[in-house]
Amino acid sequence: MAQVSTSTSPGDAARPPDAAASARGESASVRAALAASERAELHATPGFYTRSARRFRKDRLAMIALAIFAVIVLFVLSAPLVSRWTGFSPQENHLSAKLTPPLTDGYILGADGNGRDLLTRLAYGGRVSLMIAFLSSITTLVLGGALGLISGFSGKWVDMVLMRLVDVLLSIPGLPLLILIATLYTPGPAGLAVVLAVIGWPGIARIIRGEVLSLRGREYVEAARLVGASPARIMVRHLLPNVAPLIVVFASLAIPDLILAEAGLSFLGIGVQVPTPSWGNMLQEAARYFRTNASNVIIPGAMIYVTSLCLYLIGNGIRDAFDPRLGD
Amino acid sequence: MTRYIIRRLLLMVPLLLGVTFLSFAIINLIPGSPVMRLRDNPKIKPEAALMLTKELGLDKPWPQRYVYWLGDLLHGDLGHSMYNGVPVADRIMAVLPNTLLLSVSALTLALVFAVPIGVYAAVNHRGPFDRMATFGAVAMYAMPSFWLALLLVIVFSLKFREWGLPSLPVGGMTDTRGGGGFWDRVQHLILPTISLGLVSIGGWSSYIRTSMLETLGQDFIRTAHAKGLAERSVLFGHAFRNAFLPLVTLVGLSLPGLFGGAVIVESIFAWNGIGRLTIEAVQRRDYTLIMGTTLMFAVLTVVANLLADVSYAIIDPRVRLD
Repeated sequence: MAQVSTSTSPGDAARPPDAAASARGESASVRAALAASERAELHATPGFYTRSARRFRKDRLAMIALAIFAVIVLFVLSAPLVSRWTGFSPQENHLSAKLTPPLTDGYILGADGNGRDLLTRLAYGGRVSLMIAFLSSITTLVLGGALGLISGFSGKWVDMVLMRLVDVLLSIPGLPLLILIATLYTPGPAGLAVVLAVIGWPGIARIIRGEVLSLRGREYVEAARLVGASPARIMVRHLLPNVAPLIVVFASLAIPDLILAEAGLSFLGIGVQVPTPSWGNMLQEAARYFRTNASNVIIPGAMIYVTSLCLYLIGNGIRDAFDPRLGD
Repeated sequence: MTRYIIRRLLLMVPLLLGVTFLSFAIINLIPGSPVMRLRDNPKIKPEAALMLTKELGLDKPWPQRYVYWLGDLLHGDLGHSMYNGVPVADRIMAVLPNTLLLSVSALTLALVFAVPIGVYAAVNHRGPFDRMATFGAVAMYAMPSFWLALLLVIVFSLKFREWGLPSLPVGGMTDTRGGGGFWDRVQHLILPTISLGLVSIGGWSSYIRTSMLETLGQDFIRTAHAKGLAERSVLFGHAFRNAFLPLVTLVGLSLPGLFGGAVIVESIFAWNGIGRLTIEAVQRRDYTLIMGTTLMFAVLTVVANLLADVSYAIIDPRVRLD
């Protein structure tokens, strides 16, 4: 229980001990009183994230996009239910039902070139597409964030080596490099996420490094060093919280980029491999029949487009909420 | 200035060494080789495959091959394609103009639309047009270019032909029969250009809007207004020129990305460009050709970076390079 007061942020440590007690579940009246006082405190000086969240909620366009995106996520998460409802499995071929048009024989959105139900595949494919985008954005952030922090904080030869590596990686346009690696290694969905991250980390690393360079001379960093904090502790506890807004903004705009990158690679036939569906490779398969079955091309592409559009709008909303100056 | 350029050129050498070494390692560290398919082919004798392996130098360890490759490069020799023996430089030069044509026309299309939209949005800051343009910019930026390309083909090639309207070709660079004339080439260029260009209008217009807004908020604009200049004169005489300085450099910087982005569009429209060549090289495991295209992309990027910095300093005397 001592954990509560030692391992939380400096703000929590400054809180009266009763607050920690209330977190453990004291009498209801004490808790209510404390909660009220805490609310008053928050009201007096809302924190950075509270203010940002408040600004974000006022962004009507971003909120609409968030709602639409929530529906897409719900649809994708309920893929097994969709499958049970349509009565089709996502990977089973029905060659006799090949290229059934929408709204016939129980195929609500039609069937693809192998007679697989488009709606069911759309739900399962969305899982793969979204999973890759989120997984690779997290990997990018962890990799780029950590290397950027280390590079900026340690300086000297570590910084030199890392930044030259960043220069090299940024000297090759992303897509050709992706094509090279994805074709030669033919990774699975999770592997693809890692490949995207390995190529994507230099951008965020450079930004974080720049920010850390300007932060590491600040007094609070000096103070932490003086009281004997280890470099790792200074990086994680003092620098990371200060570059976190930057990371959040970068992440929110990187996710739609990654959705499009995965879709593009899968469309070229070197991303997610069939029969595992992804929106990109569904589009690739459908492109073969674009002369006769336009709906098969339109539907998966529209899913990619709506998803990336919503995510960009949400990302812009987050960026504006975190730093109103960046918006205009 | 000259000293700066020379220093930057010298800095390019280790950078390009890094790029080529890294690519060479990536390519060669995976199992398999260009002759792998021959080995699986029962019609080809194992001795023949072995001979080819030796002939291509693939029996040597890759670091050694990298040094050989580098040595040839210093003599201006990019090597020969491992697939059909054609010099790599010839293959790249054969398709480079096509990609350049596509990229430049896409960039032109994007700027022709983005400049007026961005300027008008900035002038009407927070007005209805500005809001629409901001949303429109995201809407275009979020568009997957390959999907847009397919939709354009479906509408303008297939449906238009069905409806008896003048339709555009589905792909290729010229008609196979009686093609090759100027008008024929233009017709084949339209859809790929829109697919590649439309997507980047969003980015450009929001960039121009920001740049214009920044300029409009500066003191010399207020001075211009204060001395009673006409709105049009303030806008085009004073603001426009300043807001467009950074644009010039950005145009140069965007070219490598545009080349890279052309990969997908080229593959959809069977456009014989560097993108298709890259994909072909990778799929055939044509090591020398892969190295050639990668080097081309890297050189393009670093040279564009340098040109951007230098041109910025030339245009804007306030910028000092050291």
